[in-house]
Amino acid sequence: MDVHNLTITDIKADLKDKKYSAVELTKAYLERIKTLEPKLNAFVTVTEEKALKDAKKADELLADGQDLPVLGIPMSIKDNFSTKYIETTASSKVLEHYRPPFNATVVQRLEDAGMVMVGKTNLDAFAHGSSTEASDFGTTKNPWNQECLAGGSSGGAAASIAADEAVAAIGSETAGSTRLPASWCGVVGLKPTYGRVSRYGVVAMGSSLDSPGPLTKTVEDTAQILQIIAGQDIHDGTTSSSEPKEYITLMKDKRRMTIGISKDYFQDVETEVAAKIEDALKILEKQGHTIKNIELFDPKYAIDVYTILQRSEVSSNLARLDGIRYGEDRTVFGEEAMRRVMLGTYVLSAGHYDAFYKKAQKVRTLIIENFAKAYETVDVIVGPSAPVPAMPLGSTEKNPMFGEVIDRLMEPSSIAGLCGINVPAGFSKDRLPIGLQVIGPQFAEDLILNLAYQFEQATLYWQQHPTL
Amino acid sequence: MKISIKNLAQLANLELSSSQLQTLEESIPSVIEHMDEIKHLDLSGVKQTNAVIEEENVYREDDVEHSLTQDEALKNAPNTYNGFLVVPYVFEENTDA
Repeated sequence: MDVHNLTITDIKADLKDKKYSAVELTKAYLERIKTLEPKLNAFVTVTEEKALKDAKKADELLADGQDLPVLGIPMSIKDNFSTKYIETTASSKVLEHYRPPFNATVVQRLEDAGMVMVGKTNLDAFAHGSSTEASDFGTTKNPWNQECLAGGSSGGAAASIAADEAVAAIGSETAGSTRLPASWCGVVGLKPTYGRVSRYGVVAMGSSLDSPGPLTKTVEDTAQILQIIAGQDIHDGTTSSSEPKEYITLMKDKRRMTIGISKDYFQDVETEVAAKIEDALKILEKQGHTIKNIELFDPKYAIDVYTILQRSEVSSNLARLDGIRYGEDRTVFGEEAMRRVMLGTYVLSAGHYDAFYKKAQKVRTLIIENFAKAYETVDVIVGPSAPVPAMPLGSTEKNPMFGEVIDRLMEPSSIAGLCGINVPAGFSKDRLPIGLQVIGPQFAEDLILNLAYQFEQATLYWQQHPTL
Repeated sequence: MKISIKNLAQLANLELSSSQLQTLEESIPSVIEHMDEIKHLDLSGVKQTNAVIEEENVYREDDVEHSLTQDEALKNAPNTYNGFLVVPYVFEENTDA
C-alpha cells in the first residue's frame, strides 16, 4: 500500500471504513523504514515486534468498535524519551544498553491513546546540537537531499515524517530542536509553552527550557497529538495546572489576527528564505490579517543567554550519569557532551556565577518583558524559523557554536518559555524546504495552530514530498 | 583569559584523552568568548528570572502508588550485591591503623 502523505485524520477514517487494517498499515511503514534507513538513518532502534503486537491489539479494539485518539497510528518517538524496557539511548554510547523500567509520561499517554510505536529516532547525543552530527550512532540525512543535514536535535523525528516512515513523531525542543529540523525537512513542528507538556521520563538537557512536542505532516495532526500529551502531570512539578484548550476545534475557526514582525528577525537571513517569508506575509494579509512592525529584543543576545543557561543546566543534569545505577561510565561521553559539561562547570563555578549565570537570568527577564510588551499590541509574531535552508553534511565540524547561531531566531521565544510552531512555507531553488514560524504568548497554542492552519490551507506545501 | 581545561575536567569528573584535551583547549575558550558578550549589557535594577511559569507549592496527594520493585530498579545497574548498588571506593583504606 502507498503510505505517502497519509495523515492521522485520513488513517482514522480509513481504519473505520476497513480500507486496511492497523497491521497492514504498520507493515507498510515498517517496510518503508527497512527500505529507506540505509539512506537516511532516522532511527536508532526499530521496534518491529512491539509495533506489530500493538497494531494487532489496535485491530481488536477497532473490531470492538472502540475509538481512541491515535488508535493504530504508526508513530516514531525521539530516543531521549524513556520507553519501558526498550532501549533509550539519547543517541549516546553512555546509554547504549539502557532499558528504562518505565515510560515517559508523553509515551504513556500516547500508548493509552492507542499509538503504534514503530521506533526510536536519532538525535544529537543528549540533544546537544542542531544537526544530529553529534549523535554517537551516525548522522540523519535530509530526505529532500541526502547531502544535507536534517537539522536537530530532533533530526530523526523530522526525517521520519518527511520520508513517510511514520505518521506522527514526538520530538523535544530546548531552543530550536523541534522547529529547526521541522523547517529543514519541510514538516510541521510544535514547541509548546514550557510546562504545557510533561518532561517526566525525558533525558534532561536544559530543565528550565525543555519542551516535548509533536512533528507531523499537517497542522491538524499536530493539534491532535498536542491534545493527547498536554496537561498537568503529578510526576513533573513544572507542568502547568491550567487546563489544556480544545486545540482541534479552536484551530478551525478562522480568526483574524494582528501579526507582529520584527526587522531583527530578518537580519542575516538568506535572501531566498526572506523572500518566502515575505510571500507568506502577503498570503496572510490577503486572508485578512493585519501585519504590524514591532521592536523585539535583539536575538543576538539571546544566543549568549541561551548558551550560558543551557550549558549550566547540562552540567548539572549529566552529573547523574556516573555508571553506577545505569549506563556506562563518564569516559564514554562524546566530545560535545564533555564540552558542554565543562562549560557549564566553568560558568557555575565560584567567581563566574555572578558574571554569567546571574546575568543571563536577568537578560531572561528582559526578554520576557519585551515579548509581553509586544503581545499587548499583536496576537502572534511571525518570521523565518531558520536563517538558511538545510546546510551540507559536515557543517558543524570545528564549529562549537553551530547550533546556537543557526537556532538564533528561536532562542528568544524558548528562553521566555513561549510556544512556537514551524509550518512549511515553500522551497529554495535547490528544492530544500523553507519554514515559517509563528510564535505565540504562553499557553496560546490555539492561536498559533489557528494561524498555521489557515496558512497551510492556502498553500498546501505539505502535500509535496521528497523523491526517495 | 587563561582557562585550565584539565582543572575543569577534574571538577566535572571527566577524564580526557590527550586528543580530547587538545580539541577542548581550542574550542572551550571560543565559546566563553562568545558568552562574554553578555557583559556589555547594562542590567542594573533588573530582577533574575529562575522559572518561566508561575507554579508555587506544587504538592501531590500522599497516596501509595505502584512503584518499581527492587529487581526493576536494579536491572540496569552494572554491579549489585545482595540488592544493593556497588559503588566505587570513596575513602581510601587507612593502612596506618
